[in-house]
Amino acid sequence: MDPHADPSAPLQGEPSNQTKRKLKREMRTQLVSFVLMIFITSMAFFSIASDVIPNGFAIPFILILAGLQVVLQLYFFMHMNEKGTGWVNAMIWSGLFVAALTVASLMLLIGVVKY
Amino acid sequence: MSYEKAQSKNVIWDWLTTVDHKKIGILYLAAGAFFFAVGGLEAILMRIQLMFPESSFIQAQTFNELLTMHGTTMVFLAAMPLLFGFMNYMIPLQIGARDVAFPFLNALGFWLFLFGGILLNVSWFAGGAPDAGWTAYAPLSSESPGHGLDFYVLGLQVSGIGTLIGGINFLVTVINMRAPGMSMMRMPLFTWSSFVASMLILFAFPALTIGLLLLMLERLFGATYFGVDLGGNVIIWQHLFWIFGHPEVYILILPAFGIFSEVLPTFAKKRLFGYSAMVFATLIIGFLGFMVWAHHMFTVGIGPVANAIFAVATMAIAVPTGIKIFNWLLTLWGGRIQFTTANLFALGFIPTFVMGGVTGVMLAASAADYQFHDTYFVVAHFHYVIIGGTVFGLFAGVFYWWPKIFGYRLNETLGKVFFWLFLTGFHLTFFVQHFLGLMGMQRRVASYLPGQGLDQLNFISTIGAFLMGVAFIILLVTIFTSMKNTTNVSDPWDGRTLEWTTTTPVPEYNFAQTPLVRELDAFWYEKYEGDGKMKAAEPIGDIHMPNGSILPLIIAFGLFVASFGLIYAVYPLAIVGLIISFIGMFLRSVKEDHGYHIPAEAVKRDKDGGK
Repeated sequence: MDPHADPSAPLQGEPSNQTKRKLKREMRTQLVSFVLMIFITSMAFFSIASDVIPNGFAIPFILILAGLQVVLQLYFFMHMNEKGTGWVNAMIWSGLFVAALTVASLMLLIGVVKY
Repeated sequence: MSYEKAQSKNVIWDWLTTVDHKKIGILYLAAGAFFFAVGGLEAILMRIQLMFPESSFIQAQTFNELLTMHGTTMVFLAAMPLLFGFMNYMIPLQIGARDVAFPFLNALGFWLFLFGGILLNVSWFAGGAPDAGWTAYAPLSSESPGHGLDFYVLGLQVSGIGTLIGGINFLVTVINMRAPGMSMMRMPLFTWSSFVASMLILFAFPALTIGLLLLMLERLFGATYFGVDLGGNVIIWQHLFWIFGHPEVYILILPAFGIFSEVLPTFAKKRLFGYSAMVFATLIIGFLGFMVWAHHMFTVGIGPVANAIFAVATMAIAVPTGIKIFNWLLTLWGGRIQFTTANLFALGFIPTFVMGGVTGVMLAASAADYQFHDTYFVVAHFHYVIIGGTVFGLFAGVFYWWPKIFGYRLNETLGKVFFWLFLTGFHLTFFVQHFLGLMGMQRRVASYLPGQGLDQLNFISTIGAFLMGVAFIILLVTIFTSMKNTTNVSDPWDGRTLEWTTTTPVPEYNFAQTPLVRELDAFWYEKYEGDGKMKAAEPIGDIHMPNGSILPLIIAFGLFVASFGLIYAVYPLAIVGLIISFIGMFLRSVKEDHGYHIPAEAVKRDKDGGK
């Protein structure tokens, strides 16, 4: 029987030099984005914890940071920046678009104000 | 499991455990046809009640239950599963794949739908069916006494999970499993429109899931999302329902558009006019489908600016739909048209659907909608688009694909009798309802007073409904009397797409060798530019097949049991049901299941025709 029939079987042998370089590069990006995300999270925390920054600024600010965080996570940790993820990108962004539009219009339409 | 063991299974066990897309397709078709008959019966009962003014054939409460279950059954348990049946059977064949991407999930989706459908219909025998309309507007639904609405909430929730799973499965199948050479822009239009419909399922069903969850929490656990006295808002339900509900009607119509786009070129002997425009129009309809939900709520009072925006967005949908209509007409233009039953349904669809579309634009004019809202005008409109579009599409698909699926051709003479009876009955039933609506007859009323000019038109409408009922019986007769037409079933219509290259009955692995696709309408291209056979993209080899499994049925059954526990507040039963489901999921996760191989010799033996 074909030995390659089972896709979950462990790979055998050493990775090639090219693969090694690619993995190393990926490791670096992962680390950089991890540090960046820690930084973003702490910024969000401090902007709420500190008494100097008014809430009117802090709340939209951390919402923007949260959005940024989601995008970074999707692209660097969930590998959406790699080749062959065109469909994933298209679907996630159109889903986000539909959801954002829906939530925005719901916020406008459910309120007591009439448009 | 070995190949020999997979070959020698008990028939019933085989169907209960099947993960073969073709068998699941047939299961969907059978269950959908059953629910279609049930929904049709409910409609005829309602029409008998409305045949004469102040009739007392059925009581108002029963009438409310009938109209609710008619709508819910037809949309969720008949139209969608019947389309899913064709999608399941045909998408892998049309893209040259051996199965869908996730065969196990496919089976799970079917059993969830079936148990959800059974759960909904059990309500008839458990103290009354849901009675708040298929839209179940709060607070009517959240305050409705009895358990009817609980069955509605949980039945739809369970079958909704099944639909969502099915939609995701089709998306992945189309993206990942196309045969070599089958680029997106060489896909048959039925696959394209099913693909877009699956996207709509993916984005629209979560809104229904949330709406039903809120309604469940409100009904069963005393939450107050919709209760105004405790700070809730009844409009939330309407928004959530229609954010789902409007894309839902495009989920129903787009695959039917796809079927017509297969049937018309085949029987006009021409390639589809404006293929890329058709694809683009399908995508635009899918996109705009999410921007128009509030046109169901013009009279709620969301304000003139919001009404105007949604009215304009709604009218915009007429543009891509018009593109499609003209493309179909130009496909027919100059073609050598064969008037087979399948094609008759496609030809009958075009004017019928245009009429439904025109009343749609009338309804989209928000100022005029204050007159039309909740009258029989709306009833006439959506039956024109759903029967004239989806049901005609389904019947066209039945007559077109029946030889491939069941191995015999349906009798054309009986089929044409069926078509003309159904078409006449349909227009007789619903054309007059436009005028009933304009005269002020409200939808969903259980009775009306005599002498208001409504008597004759209602009588005509009921006669039309009887004709449709007779037509459906003739369809059943056709199905059971045509079984001997087993000749010429592989490619009876001189087909254009890959499903007609398979042998009938289709072997479980579909294609002995994955075909190489060289053009749009791949089979047609090989017939006229090649040697009439598909080029193979691989040598004959062992074929990897998934094992059947009873777990999908068990997981779905667990949720079915848990639903009863929730409906009757017997929480131990709910927990037992959930445990059954989780055991099923756990077994699926931990049990290694690599499927089996059909040896190359067996494939070769099939291919040479000998056993």
